[in-house]
Amino acid sequence: MSDYETPIMSVKNLSKHFGEGCSNCRDVNENHLIRNFCPDCGTVYACRNVSFDLYPGEVLGIVGESGSGKSTLMRSLYFDQDVTSGEAYLRSYEMGSKNVFEESSQKKRYIRNHLMGKVYQNPMLGLRMGFSSIGNIAEKLIAAGIRHVGEMESKGRELLEYVNIPVYRMKEAPRNFSGGMQQRVQIAKALSNNPPILLLDEVTTGLDLSVQASVLDLIKELQRELNVSIVIVSHDLAVIRMMADRTMVMLDGKVVEHGLTDQVLEDPQDRYTQQLVHSLL
Amino acid sequence: MDNILTIENLSKSFILHNINKHIKAANGINFSLKDGEFVGITGKSGSGKSTVLKSIYRTYAPQEGNIWYDSKKFGPINLSQASEREIIYLRKHEIGYVSQFLSVMPRTTARQLVKQSILEMGHNDRFAEEETEKMLEHFELDQELWDSYPATFSGGEKLRLNIARAMVKRPRLLLLDEPTASLDHASKLKVKVLIQQLINGGTTMIGIFHDLEFMKDLCHREYHIHNGEFLISAN
Repeated sequence: MSDYETPIMSVKNLSKHFGEGCSNCRDVNENHLIRNFCPDCGTVYACRNVSFDLYPGEVLGIVGESGSGKSTLMRSLYFDQDVTSGEAYLRSYEMGSKNVFEESSQKKRYIRNHLMGKVYQNPMLGLRMGFSSIGNIAEKLIAAGIRHVGEMESKGRELLEYVNIPVYRMKEAPRNFSGGMQQRVQIAKALSNNPPILLLDEVTTGLDLSVQASVLDLIKELQRELNVSIVIVSHDLAVIRMMADRTMVMLDGKVVEHGLTDQVLEDPQDRYTQQLVHSLL
Repeated sequence: MDNILTIENLSKSFILHNINKHIKAANGINFSLKDGEFVGITGKSGSGKSTVLKSIYRTYAPQEGNIWYDSKKFGPINLSQASEREIIYLRKHEIGYVSQFLSVMPRTTARQLVKQSILEMGHNDRFAEEETEKMLEHFELDQELWDSYPATFSGGEKLRLNIARAMVKRPRLLLLDEPTASLDHASKLKVKVLIQQLINGGTTMIGIFHDLEFMKDLCHREYHIHNGEFLISAN
């Protein structure tokens, strides 16, 4: 089938191993592994040949149980850790001609600061808890090259208002905030450099229902209004059903199934996906 | 291409891994649909009616057979081989699906729900607002309900909202999956009037009804499905 549009991000065969591997597991002898673990050398195959395309303005969901490699994938994409092998191309970086995993750390920092935003499950990872909320946003803006204090302040104010953090608490540190508020400050921070790609890793996990709803509504709204492309990781199928156009299912570091979200949920093909869907519905 | 939709040898079965079962739902189905036609499909529950519709809409993963659709954007396209992104485009712009169940975004009002349907096609806010109000009026949804959450609506109201949401896009092809099931007679009559209006407006439709008697005078053609296979009935 002809492709009528170009992906904004293309990931090819991303692999991440924790450990050196040994002769028993390195040559793709999958039967030797216990799930994604080599019993001889202790290597964990956290991501195995993960490939996908992300298109402009779409929400791609990634589901899977804990330990399936979802967060490793997200960390790799945001350069929080190096990949073992694999390629990723961004349309907005060098016209998609360069594998970003092979770029210098300086270039990677540029990509992180200008072309991507990430929201972590744990706000401790995404925020400086002791800085003011607006200071957290300023940090990202400075990284993205903005030097004008007034501009940073008005941008920060605008973003925090957008995510419903009251003006009179902007100077307060996220440490004092509730989990839902911290998540919203993280989202504001991630959005501050107008990234075309947003990575959301279990952003609603651990939040109570009404707060979870307000965070999801916010994400949905900004996706509609700003047309950012979003990769959203969750183990919660209800979140994925509500948010994602397309969904990938991961198990033991591999993508076992991908498809339109309603198709994955109503007509799951893979044994694991069927089990997952049946345990939820 | 005279036909807007041509289905060739469509088969679909489900493999249930946990109980090691293979369930055949549709078997070698062939049919086609002309522009502006309204085709009704009848059959017992479990006979495979919805399977056919869901295969066209790709809620069910394709297995065997071709589903040729004459797209405005892509030209003739085989829906069983089209990419996920192409299907998403077609769902947004050309092919609508209405079931008896309203799947809604939580905390979204009736007005927002219909409006989003237009906005996602790329129209501007003002146009979307106008079209939304026109549609809600057209489908006789009480104005008091426009800004409340559909979760609290009655079955008939939900259904009309459902149809409004699909119709506001003016799809070329509309799939109706038992839209009148679980409605009382008065609501059914209302839906029937709506369908008549859609036919007059030139929308091509496939409708599944387990009580086709009710729709008979509207259908241009009708198929009966039995054990996943089609039998053609009277025109």
